[in-house]
Amino acid sequence: MSEFKTMKAKDLQKTTAQQRVIKVLVQILTYTFLSVMALIIIFPFYWMIISSLKEMPEYRQSVPTLIPRVFDFMNYLEVFTNDDLLLGQLFLNTVYVGVVSTALSLVITVLSAFAFARLEFKGKNALFGALLATMMIPGELFTITNYQTVHSFGWIETYTVLIIPFLVSVFYIYLLRQNFLQIPNELYLAAKVDGTSDLKYLWKVMIPLALPTIISITILKMMGSWNSYMWPRLVANDDAHRLITNGLRTAFTNAEGVTDVPVQMAAVTVVSFPLFLVFIFLRKYIMKGVSRSGIKG
Amino acid sequence: MVDSKHQWKAWLYLSPAIVLLLIFTVWPIFNTIRMSLLEGYTTMREVAGASFNFGIGNFTRVLEYPKFLTCLKNTVLLCVLTVPISTFLALLIAVALNSIKPLQRLLQTVFFMPYVTNSIAIGMVFAAMFNMILGGSARPDSVGIVNNVLEFFGIPYVNWMNAGSEYWANIVVMVVYIVWNALPFKILILLGGLQSVNKQYYEAARVDSTPRWRVFTKITIPLLSPMLAYVIITGFIGGFKEYSSIVGVFGDSMGPVGNDDALNTMVGFIYRAIGNQEGTASAAALILFGIIFVVTMINLYVSKKKTHY
Repeated sequence: MSEFKTMKAKDLQKTTAQQRVIKVLVQILTYTFLSVMALIIIFPFYWMIISSLKEMPEYRQSVPTLIPRVFDFMNYLEVFTNDDLLLGQLFLNTVYVGVVSTALSLVITVLSAFAFARLEFKGKNALFGALLATMMIPGELFTITNYQTVHSFGWIETYTVLIIPFLVSVFYIYLLRQNFLQIPNELYLAAKVDGTSDLKYLWKVMIPLALPTIISITILKMMGSWNSYMWPRLVANDDAHRLITNGLRTAFTNAEGVTDVPVQMAAVTVVSFPLFLVFIFLRKYIMKGVSRSGIKG
Repeated sequence: MVDSKHQWKAWLYLSPAIVLLLIFTVWPIFNTIRMSLLEGYTTMREVAGASFNFGIGNFTRVLEYPKFLTCLKNTVLLCVLTVPISTFLALLIAVALNSIKPLQRLLQTVFFMPYVTNSIAIGMVFAAMFNMILGGSARPDSVGIVNNVLEFFGIPYVNWMNAGSEYWANIVVMVVYIVWNALPFKILILLGGLQSVNKQYYEAARVDSTPRWRVFTKITIPLLSPMLAYVIITGFIGGFKEYSSIVGVFGDSMGPVGNDDALNTMVGFIYRAIGNQEGTASAAALILFGIIFVVTMINLYVSKKKTHY
């Protein structure tokens, strides 16, 4: 009887030891898998940066170097001084369009979200439902007509055409309305009793309380301008109004389609740099905004 | 609460949004339907005073147009390949991330990196990684870093995207890039879902010493199903609108040198037709909307049946 007991105990010890080994193995596998995936995720960024620091002969050689033999910053000089790219102009255009459209868009979004969240009016729910329904429609469907519309307004090759058509985002209104709804209605009624005006209440109470959402919207909208490609190419692809992504795509490829890759990678690095800063310092807000959305830019 | 003063105010606050939406969203919906039903419609001809037959001619013509069918095939193929691959990989990564303690935050940050990028710019980086640099001799001067890695493992190099490259190779390049780009969002959503799962289920499973794969298929997947459904639906919607990633890698020609438009998509087709073939563009846009609508409805229907809340 006692023999049987000790055997059982031994068995138990064996299985726990076995379980421990399996657990360690699973941990090793997990970390290996994650590290390999993380390397794959990072590699394009790494390749972009080191390619931008190579001289063309080194870039062309059959066995690539993982670290440049000589760190050559001439490619960057070329990017900043190139007469075809006009990086400074592209940058100013993009920042101007980004800042103005973000500011205007925020005003419109805050006012609309406030109306939907706090005010009562006939047809509110029907209107809000209709707005949400438009989110299902692919944007290209609007673009065909909007292209005609801005033509007839005489807006082609102006800043206006880059700013006005996309000021209203139903998604941002939806996001902010949800946030506003969480603020207790009693606060609003109390403010009304005190004779506070709607706008003052909005400014002093609601905006501060919903600030994280407003910051998320600001970042996403700014990133949208920085990354927008199709609409600007269609309506304002002249030197004076071109945005940065459009300038980037065609630069440093000559008429025969041969690309000066190191210089191109330097340009890509320069364009990616502000996004990188956003990633480092404002990641939290983007992740928050994204996890509620799923829309890029 | 509902008094006339409030009503008046609400509409005042909404007025900027409503005016802009009427011009740039509501009118386009009606106008697109109108243009799609006027056979052979172009703005130029309308301005010149031409009249058009009313009918479904634009739709039938688009569906018989080889270029459109190529675009449709490319779009569907990329969607069908990238959505399952990226969802599966994101699920594996999210589960793995959720099971570790040290380095979790750091790795989570790394996996979010591709989200905050410019899809054109990083597409150009992928092009540089897959591109070969041809020289005078039979073997290219440089076969590109991806081929270097393949050759390291004893696999012969492939012409991924240079002139004369094959269709499947082009598709592989795009699948790799699109999956890379799609991972962060999916990981973020799925990891958020995993972290909100009640730990009691796992403890109960441990008490019963349930095997790992059973825990995964019987507990993790069902509890995660709403997030999975969300990620798959948004993945399909985004996938059918694929365009800028291809411009990033292949440029405006939407294909390797000498084979323009080989990888063009539905959205690319619409863009090519804007400003000269509005009737065709409108019909294509409505077909695209129809596909997205149907796929979303099917997804919602399936997930309603399969989703465990």
